Amino acid sequence: MMLQGDVLLDGPPVDAPALALTAPISFWGGVNPNTSAIADPRHPEYGLEIAGRALLVPATIGSSSAAAILLELVHGGRAPAAIVLHQPDAILLLGLIVAREMGHATPIALRLDAHHYADLHGRTLSIAGDGGIDYLPPLI
Amino acid sequence: MAMRIVAEAARLMGADRLLPIESAHIDGALYHGDSGTLFAEKLVAGGAKVSVRATLNVGALDLTGCSHNRLPPHEREMASRMTAAYRALGCEQTWTCAPYQAGHRPRFGSHVAWGESNAVAFCNSVLGARTNRYGDFLDIACAISGRAPDYGLHRTENRVATVVVDVSGLAPSFMASDIAWPVLGSLYGRAIGEAVGVVAGVAQPPSEDALKGFGAAAASSGSVGLFHIAGVTPEAQDVRTALGGGPAIDTIVVTDGMVRDSQRRLSTAERADRIDAVAIGSPHLSLREFDRLESLLRGRRVAVPIYACTGRHVLAELDAAGRRAPMEKNGIVVVADTCVVVTPILPSKPGAVLMTNSGKFAHYAPSNTGYAVLYASLADCVESAVAGKPLIGAA
Repeated sequence: MMLQGDVLLDGPPVDAPALALTAPISFWGGVNPNTSAIADPRHPEYGLEIAGRALLVPATIGSSSAAAILLELVHGGRAPAAIVLHQPDAILLLGLIVAREMGHATPIALRLDAHHYADLHGRTLSIAGDGGIDYLPPLI
Repeated sequence: MAMRIVAEAARLMGADRLLPIESAHIDGALYHGDSGTLFAEKLVAGGAKVSVRATLNVGALDLTGCSHNRLPPHEREMASRMTAAYRALGCEQTWTCAPYQAGHRPRFGSHVAWGESNAVAFCNSVLGARTNRYGDFLDIACAISGRAPDYGLHRTENRVATVVVDVSGLAPSFMASDIAWPVLGSLYGRAIGEAVGVVAGVAQPPSEDALKGFGAAAASSGSVGLFHIAGVTPEAQDVRTALGGGPAIDTIVVTDGMVRDSQRRLSTAERADRIDAVAIGSPHLSLREFDRLESLLRGRRVAVPIYACTGRHVLAELDAAGRRAPMEKNGIVVVADTCVVVTPILPSKPGAVLMTNSGKFAHYAPSNTGYAVLYASLADCVESAVAGKPLIGAA
């Protein structure tokens, strides 16, 4: 199966398991910058780690410190392998822009409509540098 | 580097030009890890200076020395280096999340680049200045370059409400209570996400502190950068004006049941039989809010500490009037320059419960402090702190 995302920020092609969030998230107060675990006990994916995942984010809410948390995750080697957003978000993606300025390798960021996320959850996605997303269809 | 960051953000958001800005409020000087300090020091090493007025949001340290935190030595050192870097960049040492009550009030219609979600909501909605929700790093990059990408809430067409939130059916006793605006803000943020809405049917205009609490709660539960309140906020003389003369895409009629549900959601320990601390002041307390705290306390000593978070602008006035020492003697811990959810001030205590009247503290305390939350009015918070156990509705 093949989907096409729009590249928001360039990054290397990657194969990674998808983690689809089922509720909006505030990175600050919502993700632990040291462990990458989702830290808000009220969030449905509480406790899951986002490091190394293709993270599918339906919406971002809350604090304007999201970029600082994402930069710290990149700095500590615990960033998602790819970030897929329903809408471009300058607050979050600034973390990747600054990480690049600081000389770190940064993951690719894509825009893809959120109605695809439930299907992708848990599958290994092959994400190409042009935003193509390849994945195995569900086993029936 | 600052201009490259602004230009890259502009490209990302589809802005085709940059706008000159008059001021900035910088959220990026709060320590979250070494990476933020290293970024600020790189700006300093490149000779950068802010080119517009730039106030600082809370940091991780109480530089006034009123309160103590449990940051380990390495983190304290890096937070201190970050403070020095932002000072070297030319930022004003305001260290408050309520800069609009510390003398930084941009004029109506002016373009600014503000960070800190509650300050953004207040600046757009109550002052009518124009800012997007600037995140860490973009805020300082805009302050240095004096430019911001022209998109979103900088543009008149995006400031028009599309949703009406009708509160006219709510009980007058609730609307007059001091939890009304934080609870409504939390409900509003969750219901509206990032749309622009207009609250209709408000009989009594809320105070500035109530508007501050509404915006802070709305910006925590949703991604609200601008709200209108018909007959109250400057771009909403009435509902029709706020809607820009067009139709509403959606109308949400708020019921007493929705309000009860929203209030319940603010607590994670609704049936707590203990409290370990009370925290107030998110956003930072104004002098008027200290007046009210003192009048509710009536000189009594509290059995459980009340952490009262504020800015140095208010601290100076409290000290000048000799008001801080008597409060501290009675068990109030005044916290300045920072607050209890951004740096470890509360004692580490498994199973502990925090009582608060702040919608914003209620959102962030469970993940950032490990404390469960019991949400209540200021009067209930004070009576509970005096009694040493939760008393709801007793005041």
